Amino acid sequence: MKFRMLFALGIAIASFALPFAACASLGGDLSSVSDDQTKMQGTLRTTSNNSYNVHEIQALSGIVVREYVSLSGNVFGVAWQGRTHPDLRQVLGASYDQYVQAVQAQRAQRHGHGPLLIQQPGLVLQMGGHMRSLTGRAYLPQSLPAGVRPEEIR
Amino acid sequence: MKAFLSRIFSPLGLVLASALIFGCGGGSSSTPESSQPGSNPVSNVQAITVNAGPDFNYVDGAFTSVTVCAPGSTTNCQTIDGILVDTGSFGLRILSSALTASLPQQTNSSGSPIVECAAFESGITWGPVVAADVKMAGEQASSLPIQIIGSTNFPTVPADCSAQGLPLDDLASLGANGLLGIGQAIQDCGADCASSGPLSLGAYYACPSSGCVDTTEGLAEQVQNPVASFATDNNGLIVELPAVSGAEATVSGSLIFGIGTQSNNGLGSATVFGTDPLGDFTTTYKGTAYLSFLDSGSNAIFFLDTTTTGLPECNDINFLYCPTSPQNISVTNNALPGTNGATAPFAFTVSNADSLLSNVNNAAVNGLAGPGSGMFDFGLPFFFGHNVYVAIDGKSTSGGTGPYSAY
Repeated sequence: MKFRMLFALGIAIASFALPFAACASLGGDLSSVSDDQTKMQGTLRTTSNNSYNVHEIQALSGIVVREYVSLSGNVFGVAWQGRTHPDLRQVLGASYDQYVQAVQAQRAQRHGHGPLLIQQPGLVLQMGGHMRSLTGRAYLPQSLPAGVRPEEIR
Repeated sequence: MKAFLSRIFSPLGLVLASALIFGCGGGSSSTPESSQPGSNPVSNVQAITVNAGPDFNYVDGAFTSVTVCAPGSTTNCQTIDGILVDTGSFGLRILSSALTASLPQQTNSSGSPIVECAAFESGITWGPVVAADVKMAGEQASSLPIQIIGSTNFPTVPADCSAQGLPLDDLASLGANGLLGIGQAIQDCGADCASSGPLSLGAYYACPSSGCVDTTEGLAEQVQNPVASFATDNNGLIVELPAVSGAEATVSGSLIFGIGTQSNNGLGSATVFGTDPLGDFTTTYKGTAYLSFLDSGSNAIFFLDTTTTGLPECNDINFLYCPTSPQNISVTNNALPGTNGATAPFAFTVSNADSLLSNVNNAAVNGLAGPGSGMFDFGLPFFFGHNVYVAIDGKSTSGGTGPYSAY
């Protein structure tokens, strides 16, 4: 029951956010990578394998963001590290609202501080590290290309 | 006044003398680091308690009381309890709702108030930088920049701050009346924020009435580790907590200021692990090395994931592990490559979090662990039964120059 509600919620959020997906990163298309690069004033380095391309943006802010793009041009994962977290609205794109609701739900349940771990049908997200050295990764489990393991997004 | 000064300076003289005599030999366990009879050192022992905290629902948090005064004042002061001891951050932050003393706002050369956005793993703290004399035990950091969280004077969080995480701005979200950040670093941002350019964005803001804009912040003006600014015993600290068996209602311990500066803070047999300036070393698990840190402000040992460890997540709370029976985890802790080369095995137990948390009256719980984010985050359970030493970046100690962790 809980699972179904969450899933329905996920669909509702996804459809609400869909109009903005074109300018988003996670869940967006290849054009969103260059959009991110522009907004982060970063330099871009691209590496490839048989299943996806990795676009690594070294932002002037010192944060390194890696965006994982399928061969069909879909951004299915993002990872980062730096003094701060990057602009989460920008890198999470259409998944941002789902992240916000999940954090609020988890804070109500939690009894202390530690890394943030969200595992929902439409979004997996981890944020951790400590002050001045923060890391994070997020991916859309339903969008992983065949044969790609979540651990590859880092 | 003269008597007061001699009380302050005589232990410092002894420290310098012992440093000259013993050098930096690397924590020999047989070397006593004691004050000579007749000296009258500053009290350096601050009580800490693992309890449910001011919001009555914390598990595995160590809390203490901190006294803040307007700089130079002995009357405009307040002692605030429920402050979380956090070796994973740098600087003192106090919830606005817990603060009644009036502390002077830091301003820039134009007279604009300085307000900070501090980024943590799970959220941000937003609020003004003020100056305070910060007092713990017999120690004092004078006119120290600290942050007030959730001040009604600056209710609007700038977009490039809120983009970094959701605010931790009240008792419910913080679980504490404040954070006492006493990790290895001195400043909470460092050189990134001290010079203009994109590296400084999203941290310090000048906030005239027209609105907040990103600004640079000099090292001395940044919110910073109070211990590094103490007049004495300022090279580091020890977190001392007893061993905890299973779950207990509460346990008491001490925060001891200084390393090798008084008779009660020698390294003894502790192993020194060189770290980076932020306190990171490495931990090897099944042949793979991960960055790691000792963080009393994390309330469990957070590491790896179910796929790597075989430890199942709890059904109801996926951020903790729930093995059916307690599991022993063996790792090797290593000094950061390029530092002192120390390496030592370490073992800890992961127990079923649902069982550990079933009695809500127990706030001190050993065996609490959960999945992490690619680093080994050794939270408070690591500290139970270990004296953990934090040597501050650039400070000379009886175990060598910081930064390092030792236990």
